[in-house]
Amino acid sequence: MTDTAVPETTRKDWTSDQEPRWCPGCGDYSILTAVQMLMPDLSVRREETVFVSGIGCASRFPYYMNTYGIHTIHGRAPAIATGLAISRPDLDIWVIGGDGDMLSIGGNHLIHALRRNVDMTILMFNNQIYGLTKGQYSPTSEVGKVTKSTPVGSVDAPFNPISLAIGAEATFVARTHDMDRKHMQEMFTAAHAHKGAAFVEIYQNCNVFNDGAFETILAKSARDDMLIPLVHGQPIRFGGEGQFGVVMNDRGAVEIVEVATVGEGALLVHDETDAGLAFQLSRLSHGPTSPTPIGIFLSVELPEYGAGVNSQLSAAVERRGAGDLATLLHSGATWEI
Amino acid sequence: MALTTEPSTDERVLDRVVIRFAGDSGDGMQLTGDRFTSASALIGNDLVTLPEYPAEIRAPAGTVAGVSAFQVHISDHPITTPGDEPDVLVAMNPAALKSELSKISPGATVILNIDAFDERNLAKAGYDHDPLTGDDLKGFTRIDVPMTSLTRGACEPLGVKTRDAERSKNFFALGLVSWMFSRPVEPTLEWIEAKFGNKPQVRDANVAAFNAGHAFAETIELFGQPYRIAPMAEQQPGVYTSINGNTATAWGLIAAAHQAQLQLFLGSYPITPASDILHELSKHKNFGVRTFQAEDEIAGIGAALGAAYGGQLAITTTSGPGVALKSETIGLAIMLELPLVIIDVQRGGPSTGLPTKTEQADLMLAMYGHHGESPLPIVAPSTPAGCFWGAIEACRIALKYRTPVFLLTDGYLANGAEPWLIPDPATFPDLSVSFLTEPNHTLADGTRVLWPYLRDPETLARPWILPGTPGLEHRIGGIEKEDGTGNISYTPANHEKMVHLRAEKVAGIAADIPPVVIEGDEDFEVLVVGWGSTWGAINGGMERVQRTGRRVGHVHLTHLNPFPANLGEILARADKVLVPEMNMGQLSRLLRAEYLVDARSTSKVQGLPFTAREIEAAIMGVLDD
Repeated sequence: MTDTAVPETTRKDWTSDQEPRWCPGCGDYSILTAVQMLMPDLSVRREETVFVSGIGCASRFPYYMNTYGIHTIHGRAPAIATGLAISRPDLDIWVIGGDGDMLSIGGNHLIHALRRNVDMTILMFNNQIYGLTKGQYSPTSEVGKVTKSTPVGSVDAPFNPISLAIGAEATFVARTHDMDRKHMQEMFTAAHAHKGAAFVEIYQNCNVFNDGAFETILAKSARDDMLIPLVHGQPIRFGGEGQFGVVMNDRGAVEIVEVATVGEGALLVHDETDAGLAFQLSRLSHGPTSPTPIGIFLSVELPEYGAGVNSQLSAAVERRGAGDLATLLHSGATWEI
Repeated sequence: MALTTEPSTDERVLDRVVIRFAGDSGDGMQLTGDRFTSASALIGNDLVTLPEYPAEIRAPAGTVAGVSAFQVHISDHPITTPGDEPDVLVAMNPAALKSELSKISPGATVILNIDAFDERNLAKAGYDHDPLTGDDLKGFTRIDVPMTSLTRGACEPLGVKTRDAERSKNFFALGLVSWMFSRPVEPTLEWIEAKFGNKPQVRDANVAAFNAGHAFAETIELFGQPYRIAPMAEQQPGVYTSINGNTATAWGLIAAAHQAQLQLFLGSYPITPASDILHELSKHKNFGVRTFQAEDEIAGIGAALGAAYGGQLAITTTSGPGVALKSETIGLAIMLELPLVIIDVQRGGPSTGLPTKTEQADLMLAMYGHHGESPLPIVAPSTPAGCFWGAIEACRIALKYRTPVFLLTDGYLANGAEPWLIPDPATFPDLSVSFLTEPNHTLADGTRVLWPYLRDPETLARPWILPGTPGLEHRIGGIEKEDGTGNISYTPANHEKMVHLRAEKVAGIAADIPPVVIEGDEDFEVLVVGWGSTWGAINGGMERVQRTGRRVGHVHLTHLNPFPANLGEILARADKVLVPEMNMGQLSRLLRAEYLVDARSTSKVQGLPFTAREIEAAIMGVLDD
């Protein structure tokens, strides 16, 4: 909106006067802190930043950011943000929601925002449970999940959110988790810099209704062996000693191997511009119980939706001149009395 | 049609005529009717149209289910309905004859495409006998024309394939009827050139068929002399165009955005009969119009609400089933107090119902079909051209009062056309809005702060605050807010206060809308109250009753929430109140609840507009009661 340089800010400038009302110990706090601390480094203005959310615990997020914010209705944040993004390309739009909000009631809006490549940064807090409604299973809960609504275990298979996003033609797909602020901030920075829709899945612990859901892979002692960092242009390798890696086998499928067995040269080099590879990597784990890739799965540059819409408007003005009401009203067959 | 003689001419003069074109869905009857209407408009007749087509794009060819019809009423004096019973029926096949014959006036002229009356088509139409040899057409003036073969013959020299040539037979029919009623040929020929100029074969075939039909009617003696319907005598001078309700709605929205100096945003999902508003608006990008075809109805209104938050004039268009899906977002818009216009082009319901037919059964849906205490203004235009002003009025209220507003039109208004004296944009109302640019409230300690829900004392509207404005960062949402500060509040007394404030804001609009006027007799014996597209039929029916010497008044509402301030006083004067509606009595129930009057409903839910005769009968019934 202004030509002057973006003013220096601190975390405090991005923090609203509202006291967060999440349960003590909730993973949402560490995500909020990561975002509030990151904002001063993103060279953006508070007044041009809008956080749009749906309904659920995660969706309280905008109230705690000292920016513009709308807390909307269940599942609809991507749709509402789409209208805002098309009409106001000058704004920096973040969309916040949980796994129930974005994958269940709002699944349709999420996939269409992704395939349209609307310029927005989507942070999906995945705690694999419904928190605000007090503990029903979610579309990312594992099969057999025992909850209040599934006393003898859930029957339906969960979504793999990364596979879903890639399948929905997303142009940026990443995964991070609430235990590693630095990694979250790296992912958020890259997602924010991406032109178009950027989807970040954040594994987030709900310590009240689904405590320890990610313990198997996120416990400090487990992380080295259970998290597979994806770094563009680097061989995919993990483990305390870098003893494990990922290769593409004879059948063209990715699999985890011991580096000692196959040799360093055989390791797959991550290419974040390869959607096919990204999809395969997303299938390495289904739920946080086995070695799980984190990082940027996919990042490709494709035309952004709002820019396309708005260029059609300016092209129309160029071709036909700015609209004139009298001309419009006389554009059909006319006769004079 | 009253026949008068005018000795100085070889034409026969009519004051009005109702013509119905009917054929298979693939026969191009809507186009034929539309072209006939345009030519009639150009010579200064008044006209009202009623397009009727099946929901299926191509129902099985030749069946009654696949019949598509277009009725047009043209006249040398002002008319308000498409006519009760056609004087002329053009039937392109047996199915059209079977489905339409019962609708036309006794003694009407029936023009048959005799080529289509073979055994196969008779069977498809479900005839167990040949209507051409039976008594079916007794009492009608029947004219047999081999349209298909004559069209084929006319196209033969052009080298057009037989099947393609036969497709032009609707232009043969149009040429024939154009001669019969002395319509000018140039507008149709020009239109064919403009439409098919880049497909020379199609253009030439259509021109050949049209000319052949015209020449055929002129040459053979079946038709006698052509009829003439003079231009309307007392017309306001100016430039006219023919406009249907959906186009008028779209143009009204563009005009409103222009008058508000805002960009227009439409979030919409295709649905019959509303899609043409989306189509029309998408053509006008050079007005700064953004059209977003969303993934569903919910995203359509969601995106519109997002655009409203961003400072655009936001619209969503749909029909009844779509309103049901948008309902939750309407609640959010009421809570956020942002301007938004929801256009419901009503059709027969519930569910898919009669998607291509008209009905007025969404009034209660617009009024009460949302969760919580959630009042919102409702505007309902009463004629196709009136949709232009209805759209502007809905936008005016939305912008001024920062509220979602319903604009209720219907399938009959949407597709029906009428001549329209093109207004001068210089006369359009100023709808300019202001956005808040700095803090609007002073705390006790002198600090200036933003109170997003501080209300204008007159309108009770809250400020419109655009993201991007430095110093006014704030958060809003669907959770109940504290009066003034807009902070989340679950305080019992505050919620009650906010519910009342939102209701008072909408109720207060009554002081900002025009009073209703009584058409007909001020000293009425019976008062007819209507809304929406029934205006023409009610006036037509009223005039018939008045001719018998009885006194009838007609009040037609374009504002249904709040009601105009003087409505109660007028109702209080009425001994008898009749409310005709294309529903089961929704307005009559609202009037009974609001004014404790004995508002009697007369109802029609056939997917068709009232005829003047039906209204006449209903009024007489009440008068004699």
